[in-house]
Amino acid sequence: MSVLNVDYMMGLVPILLRYLPLTLAMAVAGMVLALVLACGLAVIRVLRIPGLNGATLLFISFFRGTPLLVQLFLFYYGLPQLLAFLTQIGGITATIMGLTLHFSAYMAESIRAAIVGVDRSQTEAALSIGMTNGQLMRRIVLPQATRVAVPTLMNYFIDMIKATSLAFTLGVTELMGATQKEASGSFLYFEAFITVAIIYWLIVEGLAWFQRRLETRLNEAYRR
Amino acid sequence: MNEQATTAASNTSRMIEMRGLNKWYGDFHVLRDIYLEVERGERIVICGPSGSGKSTLIRCINHLEEFQKGDLTVGRLPMTRDIKRIEQIRRQVGMVFQHFNLFPHLTVLENCCISPIWVQKKPRQEAEAQAMQYLERVQIAEQALKYPGQLSGGQQQRVAIARSLCMHPDVMLFDEPTSALDPEMIKEVLDVMVELAHEGMTMLCVTHEMGFAKTVADRVIFMDQGQIIEENAPDRFFSDPQSERTQLFLSQILGH
Repeated sequence: MSVLNVDYMMGLVPILLRYLPLTLAMAVAGMVLALVLACGLAVIRVLRIPGLNGATLLFISFFRGTPLLVQLFLFYYGLPQLLAFLTQIGGITATIMGLTLHFSAYMAESIRAAIVGVDRSQTEAALSIGMTNGQLMRRIVLPQATRVAVPTLMNYFIDMIKATSLAFTLGVTELMGATQKEASGSFLYFEAFITVAIIYWLIVEGLAWFQRRLETRLNEAYRR
Repeated sequence: MNEQATTAASNTSRMIEMRGLNKWYGDFHVLRDIYLEVERGERIVICGPSGSGKSTLIRCINHLEEFQKGDLTVGRLPMTRDIKRIEQIRRQVGMVFQHFNLFPHLTVLENCCISPIWVQKKPRQEAEAQAMQYLERVQIAEQALKYPGQLSGGQQQRVAIARSLCMHPDVMLFDEPTSALDPEMIKEVLDVMVELAHEGMTMLCVTHEMGFAKTVADRVIFMDQGQIIEENAPDRFFSDPQSERTQLFLSQILGH
């Protein structure tokens, strides 16, 4: 009776995998949007753009300083009470919004650190051959900063994939939500949750493999 | 009328003109009342003890350093704080740094093409062909597809010179170009600089390579504590230094 029900687990895999695309879609959408937002925030911080700099600091402070689950509840349950037009907001949209804002706050700081870490002599060389500030940012500083930022950004992406599981608290049936439903039907909780754990684990391992390849490529210029 | 004509004529041959340049870092007075005129095609060597302001002086010419007082004209363009003007001047002025400052994420060829392509908007093919010509001239064309990290210091510095030349500068600034090099690599860089001098490039070189100064310089300038102490033709400068500070400096660097 206490032996693992492997047949049930094998049967569960194809059922759960149907929800994998939604999980990945939320993670990828969140990652892309968070990256764009984080780059903007990082540039504001690096250039200390007056006015925006203070707002950015407040933004980062709030979204780093409060739990993601609280932020998701705030967007999904809280905001629609405040702003009537948000009543249409779905669980998926709220999740992507939450992931974007939450993770962009972290990512902005690591992108900023990577930009500041590019030696001043690189900027001087670029200026000396006539580049504008925009050109030297785009062609010289950001490519070098990317190499430094990629490992930490990939870490956040891994974290974000797992954080999509919180969407089930907003009534979204993604990987975690589907598992929860299956488990409460079969009462085989251990089997169900160890199965979904392995699925998450494999996704993350796949991503880690991709990360190693990406880093090898980015380091090509630096091989001796 | 006659006077006007003379002024106009002298203006066309003047490359750099500094009038009463002053610069402070906080309370520290780095450049004191610098007056300097450099004619087109002239080769100037600037020397002096460390902290004398010689690097700061040439870095003012392409506005890597800002000065607080005085006037600077490069070509026919007066330096202002307007970014468009600064960029305009930078496109006429090449600079070679002590630590080469090549872009490590780009190949040698890409280092030389990046500004022609994005600043001068040349077609990639044309930029690459031109870059190969200059790399040929500094005798490093066979390394074009390598990354800077795979080259020796001397090779990197020659690439840095080629990268500057690809912008067709009217004047080249050298900021201690051989100071970071192992002794056996100094010559390969100096050879390139000598050749450039013989081709008529206007050059301002901060260097302690006195052999180079003797061979190619039209004028040697000695700076100390932010001032130009002495300037003279190299044979006079070395055989008959006027000020005590110059004599002391020369005895220190030539004495061993």
